[in-house]
Amino acid sequence: MNDMSPVRDYRRLIEPTRVHSALYYDPQVFQEELSRIWYRGWVYVGHVSEVPNRNDYVTKSIGPTPVLMVHDRRGDISLLLNKCPHRGNQLCAYSQGNRTSFTCPYHSWTFANSGELIGYAYADGYQGADKSQFALGRVPRIGIYRGFVFGSFAEDGPSLDDYLGGAKASIDQLLDNSPEGELELTAGFLQHRTKANWKFMLENETDGYHPAFVHGSIFQVAESGIGNLYSPASTALTRDFGNGHTEFDLRPEWRRSAKPLQWFGTDAERLPGYAAAMTAAYGAERARQIMIDGSPHTMIFPNLFIAEIQLFVLQPVAVDETIQHVTALQFKGAPELNRRLRQQTMGSVGPAGFLLADDTEMYERNHRGALIRDPEWVTLIRGLHREGRDADGFRIGHATDEVPQRGIWRHYLDLMTS
Amino acid sequence: MNAQIDAAAVAAREGLHRLVEQFLFKEARLQDTHAYDEWEALWTDDGIYWVPANGHDTDPERTMSFIYDNRSRIGIRIDQLKTGRRHTQTPRSELARVLSNIEIVSQSGDEIEVRANAVVFEDNLRGETVWATRNEYRLRLVDGALKMARKKVGLVNNHKPIFTLSFLV
Ligand SMILES: [Fe+2]
Repeated sequence: MNDMSPVRDYRRLIEPTRVHSALYYDPQVFQEELSRIWYRGWVYVGHVSEVPNRNDYVTKSIGPTPVLMVHDRRGDISLLLNKCPHRGNQLCAYSQGNRTSFTCPYHSWTFANSGELIGYAYADGYQGADKSQFALGRVPRIGIYRGFVFGSFAEDGPSLDDYLGGAKASIDQLLDNSPEGELELTAGFLQHRTKANWKFMLENETDGYHPAFVHGSIFQVAESGIGNLYSPASTALTRDFGNGHTEFDLRPEWRRSAKPLQWFGTDAERLPGYAAAMTAAYGAERARQIMIDGSPHTMIFPNLFIAEIQLFVLQPVAVDETIQHVTALQFKGAPELNRRLRQQTMGSVGPAGFLLADDTEMYERNHRGALIRDPEWVTLIRGLHREGRDADGFRIGHATDEVPQRGIWRHYLDLMTS
Repeated sequence: MNAQIDAAAVAAREGLHRLVEQFLFKEARLQDTHAYDEWEALWTDDGIYWVPANGHDTDPERTMSFIYDNRSRIGIRIDQLKTGRRHTQTPRSELARVLSNIEIVSQSGDEIEVRANAVVFEDNLRGETVWATRNEYRLRLVDGALKMARKKVGLVNNHKPIFTLSFLV
């Protein structure tokens, strides 16, 4: 059996307002994160719209481990491990496709796309063998919330519903932006290789303190008013949903001016087809409110970032290397909106993006900084004196406060010591 | 008679090839030396700068690309670099690229379709990175000089995770 007693004393590395740099660079910590976070808890894998037809599959991951997300022959979503149970060969070499079975190229064992072994080559050599012993490995638990597919390597544990908790409201808010209440991730992912520990990304996604400085160049050049959302005068909120899920809530800002689609830098007159479809779907009043509130900015622990107009998936591959996968959000029944979503996403994110190239520069500098010996601790005190609670009891703070980061580490400590 | 015509045609073709080659070498140098304004001036008003992802025959209007800039977005890209606060280029990447296999694919009217391969060595704070690309250009003769109307940069590994690509590729 695995000995689950931690090699590190995490209570001495994580305090309420500061954390030790070793958490970012220590390979042993990374190995323990794999067993305690990535290969135990709920991790976002993919979206059902990526495998719309029966027998579609796409290669995804849970941490460094590749996972085949299959819309299988029975019509279910299966999460299979990409490894032939015979001699351990990598089974499927493609990132996506449509097939009813997978044949290992090494000795030609063939598996149904639901994981069962269908047949061996030269079956005479397997007299008396029980085929059911040789099914593909699979992620034992799958949870799907409104099309978002999560997997957990633990046979039992909290339900996905309980795990998502307050963050479900962000997914609901997101899907409200579709006249049909559905998402379609059809634009393909950019993959941004990053020489930094994954937690620098996790912490930064809902950090409202950095944009004025890290993104000042593009705010200046594009003459967008976005910079004001991250200023001391901002009424936006940071929020800790618990379970490591955090939010940068822009709704107070959008509600202040109450202009539909201002969140997207446009207005209803310029997207008439979309506005009409929303009104038809939700009624005038509700549609107006949805278009004022816009799309959420929420980081679902440990790896799903809903970033208003795009969706990021964080994939740690080593203690000092992370892949940021990103695609444009695409709302079903909203072609006008979707085109702009793709254009804006391509401009802002990915390896050449106006925003993410600079964020990623910071991640890599974060990591190099962590390796410098003194001071050993990073500090997370910002806004401690003005942290409050919202009507649902979640911790909230000013747009620029470190409420999310403190919340993330609180949850992380729980996971690493339980 | 025929031999003379052929010789003239060959000479014209060679002349065009030299013109194209010199233009591409200049573009490469302006990129390597971060000569942003001069590089931007190479573009026509309808220029398209495209770096596809996940394959080389994708539809940039439907699927994600690393870069898919129209002329105004090329301008934003340059302006951001010139602020001095484009952190990923502060300090700037040190670059040297080798351009080869320059081939004129076709010519119609004022426009010339060209292909070339490039290998770019980048040194920056993160370390050293080698980029390899198959490029396609649409060059246009404007007032007797070549301009760039379209540049497609096909990273050979564009289906894989790639590091930050913030210099002009
Ligand atoms: Fe950022």
